Amino acid sequence: MNETASMSTQTSDVEKLVRSEYRHGFVTDIEADTVAPGLNEDVIRLISGKKHEPQFMLDWRLRAYRHWLTMREPQWAHVRHAPIDYQAISYYSAPKSKRNAPKSLDEVDPKLLETYEKLGVPLHERARLAGVAVDAVFDSVSVATTFREKLAKAGVIFCSFSEAVKSHAQLVEQYLGSVVPYSDNFFATLNSAVFTDGSFVFVPKGVRCPMELSTYFRINAANTGQFERTLIIAEEGAHVSYLEGCTAPMRDENQLHAAVVELVALEGAQIKYSTVQNWYPGDENGVGGIYNFVTKRGDCRGNDSKISWTQVETGSAITWKYPSVLLRGDNSIGEFYSVAVANHHQQADTGTKMVHIGRNTRSTIVSKGISAGHGQNSYRGLVKVLAGAEHARNYTQCDSLLMSDRCGAHTFPYMEVKNPTAKVEHEATTSKISEDQLFYCRSRGISTEDAVNMIVSGFCKDVFKELPMEFAVEAQRLLAVTLEGTVG
Amino acid sequence: MLSIKNLHARVAGKDILKGLDLEVQAGETHAIMGPNGSGKSTLAHILAGREGYEITHGSVTYLGMELLTMAPEERAREGMFLAFQYPVEIPGVNNVYLLKAAYNAIRKHRGEEQLDAVDFLALVKAKMQLMEMDASLLSRAVNEGFSGGEKKRNEILQMLVLEPKLALLDETDSGLDIDALKVVASGINRLRSPERAVVMVTHYQRLLDYIEPDFVHVLAGGRILKSGDKSLAVELERRGYDWVLAEAAA
Repeated sequence: MNETASMSTQTSDVEKLVRSEYRHGFVTDIEADTVAPGLNEDVIRLISGKKHEPQFMLDWRLRAYRHWLTMREPQWAHVRHAPIDYQAISYYSAPKSKRNAPKSLDEVDPKLLETYEKLGVPLHERARLAGVAVDAVFDSVSVATTFREKLAKAGVIFCSFSEAVKSHAQLVEQYLGSVVPYSDNFFATLNSAVFTDGSFVFVPKGVRCPMELSTYFRINAANTGQFERTLIIAEEGAHVSYLEGCTAPMRDENQLHAAVVELVALEGAQIKYSTVQNWYPGDENGVGGIYNFVTKRGDCRGNDSKISWTQVETGSAITWKYPSVLLRGDNSIGEFYSVAVANHHQQADTGTKMVHIGRNTRSTIVSKGISAGHGQNSYRGLVKVLAGAEHARNYTQCDSLLMSDRCGAHTFPYMEVKNPTAKVEHEATTSKISEDQLFYCRSRGISTEDAVNMIVSGFCKDVFKELPMEFAVEAQRLLAVTLEGTVG
Repeated sequence: MLSIKNLHARVAGKDILKGLDLEVQAGETHAIMGPNGSGKSTLAHILAGREGYEITHGSVTYLGMELLTMAPEERAREGMFLAFQYPVEIPGVNNVYLLKAAYNAIRKHRGEEQLDAVDFLALVKAKMQLMEMDASLLSRAVNEGFSGGEKKRNEILQMLVLEPKLALLDETDSGLDIDALKVVASGINRLRSPERAVVMVTHYQRLLDYIEPDFVHVLAGGRILKSGDKSLAVELERRGYDWVLAEAAA
């Protein structure tokens, strides 16, 4: 199925919807240890060596690399870009500081701390308002993780992936690749070969994580790819809420970001994963920007488990990502709430996969796509009900908002239902922000800018309410900045 | 307060207003009547600042300002209010949230302090009682799923909260049953004062039974053809518009 809607109706105010500056586009001048561009087995050995990884990790990377060589880039997404030269990318860049990783914030380069302050991510623990634990990833390596002691008391492990490979090797070996195998897809396989860092979370049986966990990703160095890997494990009855945020400097070249996120929920466990993605989207003419090719998947492995993805995607030149849930346990629940913005020349091809395997599994999909300027926004979703998934339920709602006459909204819903007791619903709407709505607000004394924000926020309400409170405010602000100046 | 001189306007290449004159003083209530397609709603929209109209001639001053150069939100902040004939739905935007944003935008413009949510809610609830509106309408999305009558009441509620100097009412009586009409009319009457003015666009005389106008104008063919007091409305109800058109042609 392909419902394509393009706007050709009159637009005057809305027409002007296209001018906003990227606010995180600064570059931090910091000495970095960067490996020469190019990819081969030696580079992988070098990365693994720099990180002092155990043998199993190197073996896994090499298996992935060899498999990757047999694969080709996927072509099915509704996006266009020049061919990517994988040999022109540097696969490792780390701020060069002390020989060993910093043990506390006092040892972190003050320039890095400054960078995060600028981004609005204060790492100083006392400065944290709401008690959110933060792991900050700068280029390829994790630079700081806060609140670790408090978390450790509750039995929660929250650290950089590199550290987990060393200190919790057994857990990593047990779960790594168990949701997204190294052979999964072109970008996930590339990530498996070259990933440099990311976050690791382990919440033991029966523990409710005492605070929100958060990772902040930042690409700084030029011509580097960022390949991080996140693994979150919630044991029986454990609960955890996790948020990631991302930014990058403004550069004319495109930069590749190919991340992998794996979530494992055992019996009765709940994982809530929220993303506010604001990678540099490129300029008004479509020059530069991040290629965001990400594989995110959750595995509801145990009965009565629940995994919920919430994403607000405002950045990146191209977004290619489908956070998915494998509903294996009986009565397990999968959710996907998404706001995706495509302004200027941004292209977003995003959606989800819900695979119903267990009985009485339920999934909910709410997708809100906003297209402005020349932006192209596609929702691509798969709802699959296997033969054994008795009484599976899915509800999908897919709404598109158009803000100019040159943008596009596309919906590609796929359904495969192999069990007659399943109930699958799909609703889709396409609307435009209307002159009538804007005039109505303005005639009440509200500025155009505020009116647009109000109308767009209203459109996204069902998704924003799923975000943790502070991040909902952040997301709303981000959306306002992204669409700033889009109207006269 | 409002002075319209020789206003000519066209939309999509078609002349709608062809030399309209109108003077409105503070404290006055004017009714503008006329056949369908005479330009009544166009006039209301032009005054409120809707885009898409080409002003080819004439001028409009409002409180001494050149109205036609002002953005719609500036006009609203200077005390102009348009009650829409067809209020638009805005999904996901809370009704009271929009109203509070409007109220505070206007106060900010006047250099007054913003009202917080609690005080504002109290203010709105008091006005809602006057309009005999169900409190649930506050927490619903703007006009979404409102009945025709609820939409019109909501417009007048907004007007009572924003307390405009010049209220423009575009066919506010259309689609109302008699009980709703009485409530809406009493809301409008409540706003009338020596400092304010009301301009009502209407098809029917029946609204004027409840809101007594000081002046009645007949708008046809893009001009005010005849003006009088409320007895003119009664005569129009009885005789229709043809005789006015004939008189003007003569």
